[in-house]
Amino acid sequence: MPIVVKRPRLTLAEKCYFPALMKGLRITMGHAIRILRRKKKVTMQYPEVKWDDNLPDYYRGAPALVTDEHDRERCVSCQLCEFICPPRAIKIVPEEIPPGDEWQKVEKRPEVFEIDMIRCIYCGMCEEVCPEQAIFLRKDYAITGVSREEMVHDKEKLYEIGGKREGLVNKWNELK
Amino acid sequence: MMMNSSLAIIELSALLVPAIKIVVLVFAVILPMVAYSVWAERRVSAIIQDRVGPNRVGIPFTKIGLAGLGQPISDGIKFLLKEDFTPGHVNKLYFWLAPALTMVPAILTCAVLPFGSELFGEKMVVADLNVGPLFIFAIASLSVYGIVLAGWSSNSKYPFLGGIRSSSQMISYEISLGLSLVPVLLIFGELNLSTIVEEQSKNGWLLLPLWGDGAIWNGGWDRFFLFFPAAIAFIIFTTSIFAETNRLPFDLPECETELVAGYHTEYSSMKFALFFLGEYAAMIIGSGLIVTLFLGGWSLPFGWDGALMSMAGNPEQVPWWLGIIHISTFLAKVVGFIIFFIWVRWTLPRFRYDQLMKLGWVVFFELALLNIFITAGIIILTRP
Repeated sequence: MPIVVKRPRLTLAEKCYFPALMKGLRITMGHAIRILRRKKKVTMQYPEVKWDDNLPDYYRGAPALVTDEHDRERCVSCQLCEFICPPRAIKIVPEEIPPGDEWQKVEKRPEVFEIDMIRCIYCGMCEEVCPEQAIFLRKDYAITGVSREEMVHDKEKLYEIGGKREGLVNKWNELK
Repeated sequence: MMMNSSLAIIELSALLVPAIKIVVLVFAVILPMVAYSVWAERRVSAIIQDRVGPNRVGIPFTKIGLAGLGQPISDGIKFLLKEDFTPGHVNKLYFWLAPALTMVPAILTCAVLPFGSELFGEKMVVADLNVGPLFIFAIASLSVYGIVLAGWSSNSKYPFLGGIRSSSQMISYEISLGLSLVPVLLIFGELNLSTIVEEQSKNGWLLLPLWGDGAIWNGGWDRFFLFFPAAIAFIIFTTSIFAETNRLPFDLPECETELVAGYHTEYSSMKFALFFLGEYAAMIIGSGLIVTLFLGGWSLPFGWDGALMSMAGNPEQVPWWLGIIHISTFLAKVVGFIIFFIWVRWTLPRFRYDQLMKLGWVVFFELALLNIFITAGIIILTRP
């Protein structure tokens, strides 16, 4: 069923468009004056003023690897994150933990762990899929570099960003 | 021998003075004004939309920002350095011709605008033509060819639609643009823009007849009654200038929301910049024309010109400081109008296509025609 929309009957003042024009000009001028008199401040001057302190806890920034309270790297090289990663930004080469190592029972650790930050879409799938809670999305968002190589975060850089994270999974600790 | 050399000097000065005026006006006044009106457009629109706008580019390699006044220079460098890409499917000759055809008429029209009274005995107008407004109409309507040619030669659908819209937009406002000016010319009985401004300087601006013979207390009843047709002419003329310069609410040839970028979709780099500059140059000239015809051009209000002249002593020679005051008055008025253009741009939504045609053909055309008769009637009744 087609619906016939009745157009409103316009008065003469509305038809000649002029009062509406003046009203519009007054509104825009009001905004301009409010901004000029600094009554209202909307824009944050970014590099000088940052919003970092107000970032929410669920903010998804750069992914990073973390160590546990014994300085053991949490990643066990299961490669789940590598498989789940939608843009395939993660590259892992697993390595066996040599005998005699304190954490030999963990068996595997990453020899190479690289995240290509040009590819990363900050989706957080890696964090979600990780069974060891070894990878987290931190609050770093200004990832810059002057070459493609620079934009690839290697293991060292990932641990530097991630730091130590205590608690959570206690699977490999003596306590258990 | 002496005679010959002095003649040669006279001829040389006759050549040099207009050349200096052209170079100074175009390269030192109009083009920087174009560049800075782009900056003003961005800043004013930002302010209206509760933003900041470009406020950082200042002196290179320093932290001095100057409220972003360096922005137009960096914009210009960007335009010069970008790749000038010509798509393979275009008609090369017209594709290259079109940007020039938009820019050149816009700059040409400034030849007859009086931008000041006199400076060192020289009239501050490049060509003191006796047919000023006619010249401007003749040249300014050429700029539509640039847009139509750009739309057609681009050989793709959005520019083509933009070009078509531009041509049919032109025929719907150009008539009312011309007719709305007839009452003004009737009131002054004059087609020379310099003389029109001098008349307004002495006897009150067309929209502010409050001194000289134009004021009621000095018997200027004709100017009092003529104020109303002049105001109607002003509204029609200003609206038509909006359409002529393709500014919102009449920017149908460009029409970003419907036609990508309209007629200049296929253009890049300096060719695009020429369209851009042409639009803003047309805006400046249009504002200059409105100011000249309705708001007294370079003259100061309330007959201060005459007072300052008598203060200077010699009634024939305009002193240099007054000449500079006049030039700055003109530029200030033009800048005010440019800001008004920008202000309107961010206030009104774009007219629908048929609405523009209706406005041009049904409202403004008749109103302008009627206005001529009203003006003529008032002139017959009030001027003995």
